[in-house]
Amino acid sequence: MRTFFLLLISIPGLMKKHIIDFKILTNTALNHNHNLLEMESAVPLPEMLPGQFAEVRVDGSETTYLRRPFSIHRVDYSSNTMHLLIKSVGKGTETLAGLKPGDKLNVMLPLGNGFPLEENKKVLLVGGGCGIAPLWFLAKELKLKNCSTDLLIGGRSARDILMADDYRQFATVHIATEDGSLGETGMVTGHSVLKSESLPYRSIYCCGPDGMMRAVSHIAEKQGIPCLVSLENTMACGIGACLCCVVDTNQGHRCVCTDGPVFNSLELKGWSAETEVGCSLDK
Amino acid sequence: MVNLGVKLHKLNLRNPVMTASGTFGYGEEFDDFIDVNALGGIIVKATTSKHREGNAYPRMAETPMGMLNAVGLQNKGVDYFVDKIYPKLLKYSNCIVANVSDSTVEGYVEVAEKMNRLDHIAAIELNISCPNVKEGGMAFGTSCPSAIAVTRAVREVYDKTLIVKLSPNVTSITEIALAVEEAGADAVSLINTLLGMAIDAEKRKPVLSTITGGLSGPAIKPVALRMVWQVARAVKIPVIGIGGITTTADAIEFMLAGASAIQVGTANFVDPQATVKIIAGIEDYLVRHRINDVGQLIGALNT
Ligand SMILES: Cc1cc2nc3c(=O)[nH]c(=O)nc-3n(C[C@H](O)[C@H](O)[C@H](O)COP(=O)(O)OP(=O)(O)OC[C@H]3O[C@@H](n4cnc5c(N)ncnc54)[C@H](O)[C@@H]3O)c2cc1C
Ligand SMILES: Cc1cc2nc3c(=O)[nH]c(=O)nc-3n(C[C@H](O)[C@H](O)[C@H](O)COP(=O)(O)O)c2cc1C
Ligand code: FES
Repeated sequence: MRTFFLLLISIPGLMKKHIIDFKILTNTALNHNHNLLEMESAVPLPEMLPGQFAEVRVDGSETTYLRRPFSIHRVDYSSNTMHLLIKSVGKGTETLAGLKPGDKLNVMLPLGNGFPLEENKKVLLVGGGCGIAPLWFLAKELKLKNCSTDLLIGGRSARDILMADDYRQFATVHIATEDGSLGETGMVTGHSVLKSESLPYRSIYCCGPDGMMRAVSHIAEKQGIPCLVSLENTMACGIGACLCCVVDTNQGHRCVCTDGPVFNSLELKGWSAETEVGCSLDK
Repeated sequence: MVNLGVKLHKLNLRNPVMTASGTFGYGEEFDDFIDVNALGGIIVKATTSKHREGNAYPRMAETPMGMLNAVGLQNKGVDYFVDKIYPKLLKYSNCIVANVSDSTVEGYVEVAEKMNRLDHIAAIELNISCPNVKEGGMAFGTSCPSAIAVTRAVREVYDKTLIVKLSPNVTSITEIALAVEEAGADAVSLINTLLGMAIDAEKRKPVLSTITGGLSGPAIKPVALRMVWQVARAVKIPVIGIGGITTTADAIEFMLAGASAIQVGTANFVDPQATVKIIAGIEDYLVRHRINDVGQLIGALNT
């Protein structure tokens, strides 16, 4: 029923944006620099789509002035709870990583567009580091749409691979670590699920470091598979008002916050293997 | 009942709170968060004679209590504005002001002429101060002769309210203000962004693609307040205060310094409801101080 409802209203531009005060329920340290924040809203949560994001106000950090964007990691409409996955990279994220149960968090959501969802298809999700953040919600929705999902997670070492076991309820999980401490040794692009000359996937969804997304996009392009990437440009407003977050596309500058953060990689200027200079997959 | 309405040349604003160009899109970006019609006015983002792609990414750097931007006047040009954007602005009943920018006097004149024909655009704000565009903007706002030249040329083709927006990146902002007043401006608004710079020490690289950019937000408020005070004492035309305004107290300070109205800019990014909170706060302030007309605040600083 809800899936049907989503189909009807989920044109991102028409989804009303909200500002909600959440209460932190739990803050779980997943490793040395990743935290999972579980938060509850007193008002019913609006519909959200996998791939959409939230702009979070960071209180209590003297150097963080603007809101910070984070992917919607998990949503549970029945309990009005949401999870964000936070990687500490600076003052803003470090402050969020220090939140305690009971603390308030002011959040604007849902923002941006989501991943286009396949139905009854075989798909591949690739995540690097905290790039797995939007993939939980995505994997869950794809399962509801009867997709058969492979999830490939990459990281430097075993401790960078987060929640792999939890993802098994939605997908077949594959792992690549650069030091070989978990799964196959090497980068995600060298993993056996991406080795075949004719990959079985209808779509590849990817979120992570820029270099990883480009490399995955090249593999997908060679085989004519659409590759949907989620970009992480710096943002000031998150709602299309400032034009700070642009990415160069085939149609000129477009805002990552409103036209993205999800793009088909071939829409992005310089991402096609054919147009990119000095970049080859085999190096 | 207190009166929040202010008169700004021929404009009747329902209250003195407007939004700053480039920080409020075309209004509709904020429809989900506030009743945009509750504002005194909205200044939509810059329109130039031709389509502009703007500067390369990165265009933004957060700085202590503010941000630098180098958007570079990205917009689809005045003809697109007239055909596609103007019709969407008709749903607003408050005062809509177009921000006009270009790199040549002829360009400014072309945009102003086309804006003049749009009934629902009550005024234009001439952006002679944008520090982002290498070949233009900067030069007009930083010398009296060029500020006069562009104001005069636009005045000749534009017969509604002409606001000239001043650059703070000058030795004496009052001199420029007096020059544009003389050249026919009906009001001045100030300040535009302050030229600044950010460096990533780890990468030993500038953060912005353009190296330098425009600083905005609470960090610039004291500078803006000082300039508004100086200009308001020098000119006879109304002054609109801009620069770091985030709270009711900020807005009132600018009015006490001599501003007839104010614009909220960067604060919209942090709190999209900042404007309506400021309006409610001004009303509270007036009641608390037993003042029945917001106009009584203008220039009412006790020195
Ligand atoms: C649509 C979107 C979704 C995102 N989802 C998540 C998520 O689910 N989980 C998560 O942990 N992070 C996510 N990010 C990245 C997150 O927003 C930034 O890491 C955060 O804003 C950094 O804030 P800070 O104050 O800690 O760091 P700052 O002090 O601002 O910066 C510290 C360092 O981090 C780098 N940095 C800053 N912003 C970004 C950015 N947007 N992308 C990459 N590097 C950046 C800076 O260059 C600097 O070197 C997302 C970003 C976007 C645009
Ligand atoms: C992202 C951004 C874009 C801007 N674009 C314009 C513009 O197009 N035209 C203009 O006159 N001023 C522009 N400005 C300047 C603002 O209108 C305002 O003068 C300035 O930001 C100071 O006010 P604030 O500190 O409240 O933001 C821009 C400012 C920002 C932050
Ligand atoms: S962050 Fe302001 S337009 Fe995208």
